[in-house]
Amino acid sequence: MTALATRTASGPVTEADVRAALGTVVDPELDEPVTDLGFVRSVSVGGGAGAADVTVHLRLPTSFCAPNFAYLMASDAKDAVGRLAGVGRVVVELDDHHDSDLINRGLAADAGYVGTFGHEAESDLDELRATFRRKAHTAALERCLTALLRAEPSRTEASLGSVRLADLPDGRERLALLARREALGLPTDGDALVLVDHDGVPPPGDRVALFLRKARSTRISIDGNAHFCRGLLRTRYAGSGDDQSPREDGAEPADHHHLLPLTVKET
Amino acid sequence: MYTKDGESYYIVDAHVALWDARPENQRNIHGKQFIDCFYDYHRNLSPEQEVWGYDEYLYQGGERLLKDLFEDGYVDHAIFQPAALTEFYERGFGQTEEAFALTRANPGRLTYNHNWDPRNGEQGLDQLRADHERMGFTGVKLYTAEWHGESRGWKLTDPWAYRYLEACRELGVTNIHVHKGPTIRPLDRDAFDVADIDHVATDFTDLNFVVEHVGLPRLEDYCWIATQEPNVYGGLAVAMPFIHTRPRYFAQIMGELLYWIGEDRIFFSSDYAIWTPRWLVERFVDFQIPEDMSEYAPITTEQKKKILGLNAAKMYGLDVPAELRLPDADETATGPRDPEAADLASV
Repeated sequence: MTALATRTASGPVTEADVRAALGTVVDPELDEPVTDLGFVRSVSVGGGAGAADVTVHLRLPTSFCAPNFAYLMASDAKDAVGRLAGVGRVVVELDDHHDSDLINRGLAADAGYVGTFGHEAESDLDELRATFRRKAHTAALERCLTALLRAEPSRTEASLGSVRLADLPDGRERLALLARREALGLPTDGDALVLVDHDGVPPPGDRVALFLRKARSTRISIDGNAHFCRGLLRTRYAGSGDDQSPREDGAEPADHHHLLPLTVKET
Repeated sequence: MYTKDGESYYIVDAHVALWDARPENQRNIHGKQFIDCFYDYHRNLSPEQEVWGYDEYLYQGGERLLKDLFEDGYVDHAIFQPAALTEFYERGFGQTEEAFALTRANPGRLTYNHNWDPRNGEQGLDQLRADHERMGFTGVKLYTAEWHGESRGWKLTDPWAYRYLEACRELGVTNIHVHKGPTIRPLDRDAFDVADIDHVATDFTDLNFVVEHVGLPRLEDYCWIATQEPNVYGGLAVAMPFIHTRPRYFAQIMGELLYWIGEDRIFFSSDYAIWTPRWLVERFVDFQIPEDMSEYAPITTEQKKKILGLNAAKMYGLDVPAELRLPDADETATGPRDPEAADLASV
């Protein structure tokens, strides 16, 4: 959300420019860009010779998705598109939500979060964003450490407390962890310990296994929610799956991915 | 009763509803949005041959419920967990009188749980006492995301909620089923937050708190709270059907629950009529943790028997045939259960 999409070419603003800008807008709960999730229903770029008028429609998996997240994504989308050079008027509308009218009115008036929700809001959504940035980091470190456990069968859970970033194999999971650490302001050098909380503090030695277990439940939760939300969107809006990018974390055969065959344990 | 491979399972469906979401009962657009959301859950997670038509999904009626649960669904006993949703439906969503009459007509097979809303204040407390006198329930289902005038949600820690919980204690209504949903004021914080369960479970140690859909979408927060409170249980409503489309996710949910709260506190639920119990029972008895998930131990037949019915039967004092009963596991009342059971943890 702090990343700024920049246009590579001069000339009139295109739909691709707008979609690139929307690619910086993240669903904090699912830790993915709204463009990958298929939440962007349509983009239109109009206007004459001057600044371009842009209209974006967003859609969500259900009418009852949490309104605070819904507002947050729609508001971030408006900001991201508005920052593009050459863009004039921006209209962002959230479709088919129980709070569509309220949110769309608030966005049109630039009323802000408190101005939009009135008595239901108290201050702002910074704490909500922080909560989910922390969870995203927790999940990212668990993916790295569980992969390490599986790759090195002699390793114990308790030994994970001393793993450093340099010990992790290169790859998608390590890169994802580095990005989540950056978002929290944690160091990303090779000497840094992996198993730390959002302040960079490692658990005491006798709590390492428990810390990992808690992190695991967080990772399962985020991956499970992400795939369920993606699936519900496909059920709700026919054809919307074409607008989704595959999510590798937590993917199963029914998510249109080709994974390990499912073999089960002997009792 | 379900029997397979010489094993018999006493089945309690701990979360069923008799709803009416037909257009003539919808108060506004939200009534349609709500049932459409349920229908998408149903279509998304059900096996193809189990998908209902939209019209039959709007209303089932008592006869169909009895057939789906008891004739086709292997269920020995089912517990009504009604949601009122009076802001969305003219006569409410859950059909109180119809469900209560069905319970009376089918003694031993159905339990009627009631509901309350702390925002109804003193008048609602009087109503709760009167309803209890007439219906004699031992459990309630609380939906914290229920809309009520300008308010779109409440917390268990609200002062009026404490008044109602005190009334429950006094009336012997000991089984408090909590359904967390979005839109809790203030919206600044996570709307699905389950932290309020922690407080009431500590303050009302003589009440049982059954968190429906095991806190999903906040499984992690639920597990962390439930492991610390001996009177917090987990209902598998909504979690069960993942067994079909997303069996690896389901395996992880089960693995986490067995680790954090143990085999004696998990309740099977179909969440009828969102889903039907027959295929869920069949799949669960056949289910096993995928082999590559070395972080979890296999699920045993005894654990499945407890989850499918014995745990809820114990809480509700149901008469389970003696040969089907099982003793409680030798597990701690709080903290992670049997952490050495998984092969990965013990290497």
